[in-house]
Amino acid sequence: MSRQANRGTESKKMSSELFTLTYGALVTQLCKDYENDEDVNKQLDKILFSYFLPRGYNIGVRLIEDFLARSNVGRCHDFRETADVIAKVAFKMYLGITPSITNWSPAGDEFSLILENNPLVDFVELPDNHSSLIYSNLLCGVLRGALEMVQMAVEAKFVQDTLKGDGVTEIRMRFIRRIEDNLPAGEE
Amino acid sequence: MADAALFEFLHMEMVAELWAHHSDPGPGGTPLLTLLRQIFSREHRTSLYAVLGQKMSLSVLEGMGFRVGQALGERLPQETLAFREELDVLKFLCKDLWVAVFHKQMDSLRTNHQGTYVLQDNSFPLLIRMASGPQYLEEAPKFLAFTCGLLRGTLSTLGIKSLVTASVASLPTCKFQVVIQKT
Repeated sequence: MSRQANRGTESKKMSSELFTLTYGALVTQLCKDYENDEDVNKQLDKILFSYFLPRGYNIGVRLIEDFLARSNVGRCHDFRETADVIAKVAFKMYLGITPSITNWSPAGDEFSLILENNPLVDFVELPDNHSSLIYSNLLCGVLRGALEMVQMAVEAKFVQDTLKGDGVTEIRMRFIRRIEDNLPAGEE
Repeated sequence: MADAALFEFLHMEMVAELWAHHSDPGPGGTPLLTLLRQIFSREHRTSLYAVLGQKMSLSVLEGMGFRVGQALGERLPQETLAFREELDVLKFLCKDLWVAVFHKQMDSLRTNHQGTYVLQDNSFPLLIRMASGPQYLEEAPKFLAFTCGLLRGTLSTLGIKSLVTASVASLPTCKFQVVIQKT
């Protein structure tokens, strides 16, 4: 029945927008709360920038379990494999897009994810004079939190953003170190 | 196209912010409070904590849900909006909206046919992660505020003004009460 099919499409569309709309509402709310407060407003960008990193981190820490349960991806042996999984499996699963992987550092410890658009801000109007980096940092936190749970300390940051007028959105990922489990002495 | 899990985890973080501001800030506190301590001098801090304590509240969560509900409502195709009766709108919320947002239908819809509707979800997804039964009843309202706003917002886009409240007798079952406001 065509009405049934219509329902399905609309449901799917609404479902996919729920996260971005909610995130946008949260940022708008935070900006609004403090726009009349001189002291806070001056620091607002800095506050929000730092606000979303740990929030994203908490989300990432839980998201990785959801991801591992649903994706059947095995342990990654190196950073290149990790990059592939992030771009082709994780981004696809959670945001429905597949960024391309480019700009590997000679040492193989840094790479860029290139997205045509910033996936978090489709339906959001950025408040005037607030940096688009505010939005980005949630995603950076998620990546850091998730990878830390699989024993990788990484840094993630937006270096280009279509929201700011750049041609593409680029996330730079940098491998810091492997997080070793603390094993009792004498164990391998 | 964002996966449902992302919304659930983000919602959890927003609700967690409520706890952070309920008690007096000690040496610990949320990352936000820690950062503020670093930025602001002693004189500013007390008033800031008071300000922040009021910021993320149940009504703020409800307000955000309202805006999101409105936005979701605006994305519906025109033919969906041509409901003949108020009851059809509520049925739409119980089926289409609930499926879109929570991937399940509402379990029951009751009405007194005088503008009051009770929508019951026997396993509300945002409550599922909390233990079943009566232990965490006190915390449940925090997990329902956003969704109450969501319902109110979608109704608003469909031309209906309402008051939406929620109650929980035993997790994870909850009831949303929608009272239509006649203007």
